Amino acid sequence: MQHESSTHGINMSALGRTKQSLNLESEEVAIEVPGLNLYYGEKQALYDVCLNIPKQRVTAFIGPSGCGKSTLLRTFNRMNDLVDGCRVEGEINLYGNNIYRKGEDVAELRRRVGMVFQKPNPFPKTIYENVVYGLRIQGINKKRVLDEAVEWALKGAALWDEVKDRLHESALGLSGGQQQRLVIARTIAVEPEVLLLDEPCSALDPISTLKVEELIYELKSKFTIVIVTHNMQQAARVSDYTAFMYMGKMVEYGDTDTLFTNPAKKQTEDYITGRYG
Amino acid sequence: MKQNSLKGWFKSGAPGVWISGGAVSIAVIMTIGLLSVIAVRGLGHFWPADLIHAEYNVPGDTHHLVVGEVVQKEEVPRERLKSAGLPVPEQGPEFMTRELIKVGNRDLNGNDFTWVVGEWLTNQSTPPELMAIERREWGNFYGYLVNVKENGKVVAEGAAAWPELQARVKRVNDLAAQLSQLEKKDIGAINYGLERIRLQGRKLELDGKLTPQAQADMDAERAELNARYKAIEDRLGELHAQFNRDSLTARDANGKELVIDIGKVVKAYQPNAMNSWQKLAMYFSNIWEFLSQDPREANTEGGIFPAIFGTVMMTLIMAVIVTPFGVLAAVYLREYAKQNTLTRVIRIAVNNLAGVPAIVYGVFGLGFFVYVLGGSVDRLFFAEALPAPTFGTPGLMWASLTLALLAVPVVIVATEEGLARIPRTVREGSLALGATKSETLWKIVLPMASPAMMTGMILAVARAAGEVAPLMLVGVVKLAPSLPLDGNYPYLHLDQKIMHLGFHIYDVGFQSPNVEAARPLVYATALLLVLVIATLNLSAVWIRNHLREKYKALES
Repeated sequence: MQHESSTHGINMSALGRTKQSLNLESEEVAIEVPGLNLYYGEKQALYDVCLNIPKQRVTAFIGPSGCGKSTLLRTFNRMNDLVDGCRVEGEINLYGNNIYRKGEDVAELRRRVGMVFQKPNPFPKTIYENVVYGLRIQGINKKRVLDEAVEWALKGAALWDEVKDRLHESALGLSGGQQQRLVIARTIAVEPEVLLLDEPCSALDPISTLKVEELIYELKSKFTIVIVTHNMQQAARVSDYTAFMYMGKMVEYGDTDTLFTNPAKKQTEDYITGRYG
Repeated sequence: MKQNSLKGWFKSGAPGVWISGGAVSIAVIMTIGLLSVIAVRGLGHFWPADLIHAEYNVPGDTHHLVVGEVVQKEEVPRERLKSAGLPVPEQGPEFMTRELIKVGNRDLNGNDFTWVVGEWLTNQSTPPELMAIERREWGNFYGYLVNVKENGKVVAEGAAAWPELQARVKRVNDLAAQLSQLEKKDIGAINYGLERIRLQGRKLELDGKLTPQAQADMDAERAELNARYKAIEDRLGELHAQFNRDSLTARDANGKELVIDIGKVVKAYQPNAMNSWQKLAMYFSNIWEFLSQDPREANTEGGIFPAIFGTVMMTLIMAVIVTPFGVLAAVYLREYAKQNTLTRVIRIAVNNLAGVPAIVYGVFGLGFFVYVLGGSVDRLFFAEALPAPTFGTPGLMWASLTLALLAVPVVIVATEEGLARIPRTVREGSLALGATKSETLWKIVLPMASPAMMTGMILAVARAAGEVAPLMLVGVVKLAPSLPLDGNYPYLHLDQKIMHLGFHIYDVGFQSPNVEAARPLVYATALLLVLVIATLNLSAVWIRNHLREKYKALES
């Protein structure tokens, strides 16, 4: 199913990649959200959200600011726990296990579900120490193992060639785009199963953005990726599936091509054609 | 039009700039003024000033000769001199000069300083052979050298006497160094050993384990120490005899002759015969002596090394105690405690604690640390020394602890601010990698907050090093017999009393019998206290900037 037309201002052919036929029903499910409500104190932020995140695919969440897409993303590794007064009703199943069950090891969960944030947040350590941080946390201190992990992760994040000669310099000396790829390297170094990207390119220039997008495309073969983005072109370019959220509700969820070219709901169409948001 | 321009001037914001700039300049001027006053008054004291020889003619009284150093000159209304009972003439200028002269020779005259009326000083001269002797007792002597004697026999007279005197003073100073080494170090170590054996025996006795065998061992040890003491004592006797061998005869201004043991002489010099370079060299050697020697004569002479050492030692121990305490408290308050009314109340209480007058801490330190804590420590661990207290008396440990208590709010506030400034994204980055909260805290947050902790420590040091009032209650004394750090196990004696620059200023300035002699020392000590605190602060600032450099990029 190939769309040559440039519907709603988004030139699908500009992606330059042929997407194979996708069918949400037939995908293997990584994260299952059977119905989730989330409250910040009295205020409800997510209303009965249902969706399945397919394994080893890129799923994008789009929607206007404050629609709850970042909140939803942060429920997958329970980062919302850090917010005072945040309460979750319902369950989220990661490969069949409810991550909100009592006694869940949150640190272990976060190792399995890695996250990259909006602004690059390298630690004030060397590049090397940034990448091995997660491994050291797990008690891995063998130099050989760490060296290999650093090379593998930095290569995986397409950063190795740029930094291989200065691994022991401060990570804060890197450019914004390099820092963001370092953060991705740091995240994949612990070999998570799911990678959550929370607007990973919003603080980057177009060239860095392109590099990160290419990276996402590469990483898809190893990780299940969920990305939140404001940029609809980006969602269209990198994702296999897209969910449109509005006011805390999941409006439409389906394969990216269909959602962008032939949205089922009026709200979705209005949003992607720029009528609001 | 004019009003308009005035209005415009106000509107332009220029007055604000002027006022704030003015405030800054006033602050700068006050700081510089303060420092220069204490620097000029304190440092001037070490200059070997010329000595004058003059006739002093009080009208209607016998005239006599004065020898000494002019310390101060001032213009005084004639009326005031008159009302002071001086026989000033009825007619004359409205103002007369009054001079303060350091005449020394306290053993002959009763006091070192005298006020004279400048107009009545006549025939002033500065004879080069006029000599000043700094003595270990009785302050300075000013006069003329007559001869030098060895065992009571004259060995040099007239012009030959001066070089002979210098050589013998040097010999005596070498002997004095040996004596002090023997008395302080060697005998000190023996006494320390004897005391340890006594306490050991007492402890065994208290525990009911005093066997004849142990008793015999201790006796043997004691006998060995006593034998060593005997040897040192003999050597001491010998040195003392050597020390007192020489003497000199000197003549004061009015021709009275006086015999002074050279053993009592610290140095003899002829300032009028010295050129500027020699004076400069002597000036610096005087400053060095001031910094490096023990005080003499109720702290009004000699150096202040024990006070410098005590101040630095106490401040360092304080910093070592206060930093972990303050940091841990701040970490709990900021990272773990629920932010509710209780934590707010605690925070307010902590901030207010910083405003409690220092003497209150001193009272608390004495009542709680010294008597309650120290008393219990003594009963539990030093029962053998009772009734003589070990920790149950003011000392270095309690002084540091009291100051730590006084400075802990500063560290808490600074660290909390530092913790609050760390970007949430960095914490989240760590948590998202599977680190627990405490791992994040130790590996990421605390290192990044270390500059703020250092800031807290700097403020704590600044606050504590200058504090005097509480210390008088919890461990600082006028004269401590030995330094808290020495070669006897356990090397650092936290139970010892210490000297402190701040208290030294108070003591020398206000408790000294010799006010005029003490005044320059007050300024010199004050200058030194400022310098010591500045040094401690600057080194901490240097460390902090070093740390800050490391985490610079994250400050934004």
